[in-house]
Amino acid sequence: MAFWKNCRRHGWLAGLLTGALFLGIGAASGDLAVIWRKAVMICMECIGIG
Amino acid sequence: MKKLRTAVQLIFTIVTNGYMYGFLQGKIYRGSLKYACVPGLNCYSCPGAVASCPLGALQALLNRQGFQVPFAALGFFFLFGSLFGRFVCGWLCPFGLVQDLLHRIPLFRKRKRLPFHHVLKYGKYVVLVCLVVVGSSFLFGGFAKVPAFCKYLCPSGTLLGALPLLGANEALRGQAGGLFFWKLGLLVFLLLLSVKVYRPFCQYLCPLGAIYGWFNRFSLVQVHWEEERCIFCRACQRACPVDLSPREISRSPECIRCGKCAEVCPEKCIHFRKKQSA
Repeated sequence: MAFWKNCRRHGWLAGLLTGALFLGIGAASGDLAVIWRKAVMICMECIGIG
Repeated sequence: MKKLRTAVQLIFTIVTNGYMYGFLQGKIYRGSLKYACVPGLNCYSCPGAVASCPLGALQALLNRQGFQVPFAALGFFFLFGSLFGRFVCGWLCPFGLVQDLLHRIPLFRKRKRLPFHHVLKYGKYVVLVCLVVVGSSFLFGGFAKVPAFCKYLCPSGTLLGALPLLGANEALRGQAGGLFFWKLGLLVFLLLLSVKVYRPFCQYLCPLGAIYGWFNRFSLVQVHWEEERCIFCRACQRACPVDLSPREISRSPECIRCGKCAEVCPEKCIHFRKKQSA
């Protein structure tokens, strides 16, 4: 029981580190460039045209 | 708390959609801030948007050829979710703000939930799996994959992206067809429903809320209930816009951290608290 309580207490930190790790991996593999390329063009699907 | 929350929502919406030149010219911001995502549902085709939408980012990564794990999008979800959980929904989401303001209009008898809420609340998980993940991974429009949630459902894209862009850009206006009117009809339906029912899109359809809700149980920002001091008057549950009991508040994926429970508690046994480290 104490183990799970501790997991909940520190869960946010593990999540934060996981997020930072995933962001790093994503940045290294070019994910951010994909996101930027999509975001700077008008998304025709989003505005109901494409 | 209510005024503070509305002020934070307004300021955050204005700051994240502050590219006024875009509204005037019918164009979108193309700078380097769009490498990053804002936490809430904010269409990156909004002329004022200065950053990307996390759901749009996830779909853009899933739209790539083959299947590659969308690490960057997952990274943004873990980052915002671990810190805030659904505090994002309650305090930082522009479309949440729109629904909140509409719900204050003194028309119709207000409802917290739709009938069959206990079934309908899983709709957002269906949207997440079927439209966002599967749809964006496998659905083709011509030769390219499409961001299925953005294309067929997202009302934020219609309100913040389509309407301002089509209003200012005549060339785009001429191309609006059946898909635009489907999305417009859906938007109008949700906005009208928001007047009577509290945040229907957030409760039943928003895949971003489904994702952040999972983080509620261990996010840094928490609503804490001191059971030993509680007198079980249920004032918190009556004030809660999604009708949660005090026991459910801290862990429920439905709680958007609006703070109304903390505001009304006569014993002050419900309050926002940072997760404490051991």
